[in-house]
Amino acid sequence: MNKVFKLSLVMVLAMSVILAGCGSKSSSSNKSGIKIGMVTDVGGVNDKSFNQSAWEALEALNKDKGINIKYLQSKSDSDYNPNLNKFVKDNYDLTWGIGFSLGDAVKQVATENPNSKLAIIDSVVDAPNVQSVTFAENEGSFLVGVVAGMMTKTNKVGFIGGAESPVIKRFEVGFKAGVAAVNPNAEVKITYAGAFDKPDIGKSLAATLYNDGADIVFPAAGSTGNGVFNEATSRNKQGGSKVWVIGVDKDQSLEFGDDVTLTSMVKRVDEAVKKVTQEVIDGTFQGGKTEVLGLKQNGVGLPDTSKKNVPADVLAKVEEYKQKIISGEIKVPAE
Amino acid sequence: MNAATPVVELKQITKRFPGIVANDSISLQLHKGEIHALLGENGAGKSTLMNIVFGLYQPDEGSIEVNGKPVVIDSPNKAIELGIGMVHQHFKLVEPFTVTENIILGMEPKKGFNIDYKSAAEQVTKLSEQYGLQVNPHAKIQDISVGMQQRVEIIKTLYRGADILIFDEPTAVLTPQEIAELMDIMKRLVSEGKSIILITHKLKEIMQISDTVTIIRRGKVIDTVKTSETTPSDLAEKMVGRNVTFKVDKKAPTIGETVLKVSDVVSKNKDGISVLSGLSFEVRAGEILGIAGVDGNGQSELIEAITGLRKIDKGSIMMLGKEISNLPPRKITEQGVSHIPEDRHKHGLILDFTVSENLVLETYYKPPYNKGGFLNAEAINNNAQKLIEQFDVRTPSIETKARSLSGGNQQKAIIAREIDKNPELLIAAQPTRGLDVGAIEFVQKQLIAQRDQGKAVLLISFELDEIMNVSDRIAVIYEGKIVGEVLPEETNDQELGLMMAGSKKRVGDDRG
Amino acid sequence: MDKFRKIFTLDNYIVPVAAVIMGLFVGAIVMLVGGYDPILAYSSLFTQVFGDMYDFGEAIREMTPFILTGLAVAFAFRAGLFNIGADGQLLIGMTAATFVGIKFTGLPFYIHAPLAVIAGGLFGGLWAAIVGFLKAKRGINEVITSIMMNWVGFYGANYVVNHFLLVPGTQQSENIAPTASISIHFLTGIFGNARLHWGTLIALVAVVFFYVYLWKTKQGYEVRAVGLNPNAAGYAGINVGRNIIKTMFISGVFAGLAGAFQVLGVFQYQSVFASSPGYGFDGIAVALLGMNNPFGVLLAAILYGTLTYGSAGMSFGADVPPELVKIVIGAIIFFIAAQGIVRWVLGPFYGKRKKEKVL
Repeated sequence: MNKVFKLSLVMVLAMSVILAGCGSKSSSSNKSGIKIGMVTDVGGVNDKSFNQSAWEALEALNKDKGINIKYLQSKSDSDYNPNLNKFVKDNYDLTWGIGFSLGDAVKQVATENPNSKLAIIDSVVDAPNVQSVTFAENEGSFLVGVVAGMMTKTNKVGFIGGAESPVIKRFEVGFKAGVAAVNPNAEVKITYAGAFDKPDIGKSLAATLYNDGADIVFPAAGSTGNGVFNEATSRNKQGGSKVWVIGVDKDQSLEFGDDVTLTSMVKRVDEAVKKVTQEVIDGTFQGGKTEVLGLKQNGVGLPDTSKKNVPADVLAKVEEYKQKIISGEIKVPAE
Repeated sequence: MNAATPVVELKQITKRFPGIVANDSISLQLHKGEIHALLGENGAGKSTLMNIVFGLYQPDEGSIEVNGKPVVIDSPNKAIELGIGMVHQHFKLVEPFTVTENIILGMEPKKGFNIDYKSAAEQVTKLSEQYGLQVNPHAKIQDISVGMQQRVEIIKTLYRGADILIFDEPTAVLTPQEIAELMDIMKRLVSEGKSIILITHKLKEIMQISDTVTIIRRGKVIDTVKTSETTPSDLAEKMVGRNVTFKVDKKAPTIGETVLKVSDVVSKNKDGISVLSGLSFEVRAGEILGIAGVDGNGQSELIEAITGLRKIDKGSIMMLGKEISNLPPRKITEQGVSHIPEDRHKHGLILDFTVSENLVLETYYKPPYNKGGFLNAEAINNNAQKLIEQFDVRTPSIETKARSLSGGNQQKAIIAREIDKNPELLIAAQPTRGLDVGAIEFVQKQLIAQRDQGKAVLLISFELDEIMNVSDRIAVIYEGKIVGEVLPEETNDQELGLMMAGSKKRVGDDRG
Repeated sequence: MDKFRKIFTLDNYIVPVAAVIMGLFVGAIVMLVGGYDPILAYSSLFTQVFGDMYDFGEAIREMTPFILTGLAVAFAFRAGLFNIGADGQLLIGMTAATFVGIKFTGLPFYIHAPLAVIAGGLFGGLWAAIVGFLKAKRGINEVITSIMMNWVGFYGANYVVNHFLLVPGTQQSENIAPTASISIHFLTGIFGNARLHWGTLIALVAVVFFYVYLWKTKQGYEVRAVGLNPNAAGYAGINVGRNIIKTMFISGVFAGLAGAFQVLGVFQYQSVFASSPGYGFDGIAVALLGMNNPFGVLLAAILYGTLTYGSAGMSFGADVPPELVKIVIGAIIFFIAAQGIVRWVLGPFYGKRKKEKVL
């Protein structure tokens, strides 16, 4: 009797714990022998941002081409090396490092294993077997800056950066330039969260900005930005003046809804991942080069869903600036 | 009485704990209107037995009958339901609550959603009048005396409808006057039809108040006797298992020079209130000075001041002509001061240290125990081996934790440590508290032996008997001052009790 | 030797071992319900750690900070102090080591590296001693101050890196001078470039030091006395306040060394942290698991490191998401902390044995 009770206690305990622990995004099939690995940064694969974009791209390739894919999450900086090594030692055909913080680790592993193939997003690694992919975030941010500048009712918009790095600086500078181009009177408030994985900080920073009169906030801060969406949603629900968020990296209206997502600065991490991975599948992979994806290469931009909230005249203006940037008529500052 | 059914009958109760049999087939009958004393040394199994009656433990064998019906008491609530109440040695009261709030705690009379304080207070007053338990129902516990608090505990059990009251060492914390009052209360209770089990090891009280005595030794009932048909020495012998002398044998003191001289010491507590207010006395070599007083009149603070644990604001403390006030404790110890603390668990021992570690608690830093910063295990163990033999500390081994020793043996270990330091002054605070007759005898003999060797002994005790029997001179402390000095052969309990209560007058007329 | 055996009495280790087994068991059930193969998962976990030299080396690297932060927390526990601040002490120690490693150039390695290590330990110790000082002199609860000091340490470390050591345009400091590195180069070769360093050896020395200091020296006697009964220690003439400060200092030295080794042995640079690496908090779990005993802490750190490092193997080999590994670790800690449950489940076995003994 007692034993049965104890056993069921253990079961209940286990069940309650399961709710938290379900779900795996790893999948594999054996139609093709090609194996692609991916190492996330500390944001994790469900960051609703570039880690997730990259993984979704690999999942799409897995579906279409039948390649084997797998990811490893990094719990701390010290995991980068062993995680990359795990794939390299297992003879993966390509190992992705997602995010600039993996730069040193990718460099070291690539140097130690010259026959391996690696690729990195958002950082430039100078090694013959590494393909680096960076984005002209300043160009895309310029365009959402145009949207923000034209649509702000309070003449105040906010920007929340994850941490002061060259990549995030490109977001900030481009956004400011875009706002200034269409609305020189608008003020852009800049803050930094100091973290890419702290939605709570994002939420409180957003609250400060909105309280301060900003009606549009553009977070470039990984999952910290989720807190910004959270704050905006709850404000809109309580009534009061309407506030907006500009999504980042992905089309975040799909995640957080059209009520708060004005538009998104989409960084086509997925396109980049698909492109480089396809090169490996095709056997045309070339290491040692850096690909900068800007508006011209369709590496950054606004998603189609923008038209739900952004009026046509504003979108027309955006298109106009886009062409000017592509043609080189406007040079968007990067730092 | 013979025909009457006992209100409580314990039949062949046996309770085992790992390694020991705490109660071995104990049988006991409590009759209505009777005060039944349960006598035994510490660790004899009295508390275990009463915890079984009160539902805190379950017996392994045997049965309990209440009013002739077999019952299973599996919780204190069940015991209360059966009309059994317990007055614990350590009161279980909420200090900032009022008397009434404490009494009704857990059984509050309700008026809608609110507690009906008015009717509760009325009921408390009614109970206190019925049994002669005077209390102010609206006073806070923290503001009333210990004797008063005990009355609250008694009313608490009566409020819950107890007919059978268990008193666990009720006089341990009381002044002589309060003890006398408690005796009256107990008599009143039985006259109102209650029955009482009194747990104690004080023979005097048993002789004074109980009707029947059951003596327990090592978990077994040795005898049950009518109080009127026995004598204290008979009881003591049964309790300890050998002949006990009550007379403390001591020869006349050979008094030498002054060892400790305390002059006009003033010490204030955190709130700026003087806890020692101009206190003076001296202890000479070869004598035992007893400090009598009711708990809380500055005894603890006095000891702390002498041993360096409390800063004094005025006055001086001289040890063999050297000023020692406000020195660090270790410096004072090194002047030849030894100290048997009042609370052996809190201050005297590190319970989770082994016996051998405890025996070097004040000397570990000196050679031979300290060899270049490292402990010399051999020397420490030899010391322990020597002391436990010399002072008859009963312990399974020197590696046993002090926690698992009985109270008497813990105290012996402390005394061994303190005396082995060969001090000039031995301060003994409540050295026999909670000890049984055998251990008390041992402790008192050690104090006298120190005095006979020409050492100064300062004895602080709340037990008047001890003060009277052991001291060569008695100083009475009241509100942080010495209010009088008397010689034991020239005074009596009555006079001391009045002095302790703050009356400075010597009341010679009351004698006889 | 006698003492040594006593520390490892049956009762002492049976509970942690049972807790570990129960934790693994709960983890297995969770995996089963989630549709994963627990046997494959656990075997992948162990292959990940013991499978090849590289991984084994990296696993050792992973365990090292756990040993030291575990010792830090356990040491303070022995004096009755709850050092939640190991995290801050670690970061301060790390920063001090990084600073010395970068700025004190031109020294030969046999001076530079030890100097950087000592700086790390010293600053971690001093950082913790502040907490001890406040407790000893002002009676301020060490839990509160050490939590506060974690934040001060965290932002202080980032400030120093940002303003004095940063490589412009990045989120990390310059690399330390090669003379300050404590990597063991001949071993990294053998271990397939795993980042092995002398710090691991020092951590093992620290384990022995912990034991010898506490149980064999005069000062350790004082620390234990203060930890078990500060009142009696004070009565016996032991200076309680000084022992609290000293204990916190030593505790902080352990944590500071953990931080120093991460830079000098593993990364060779210090990042501007977005969030604390959390080794100090893991140290609490390790100390708890190791029952505040130095050798227990070592074993707990090995277990803890195996689980955290091996979690990648579970993801890799059995596709188990890393969250699940956290559940297993969490369950083990839970069972350790809730010893009552373990004893209750073990109850029937215990009872039987006890009775046999009595008979």
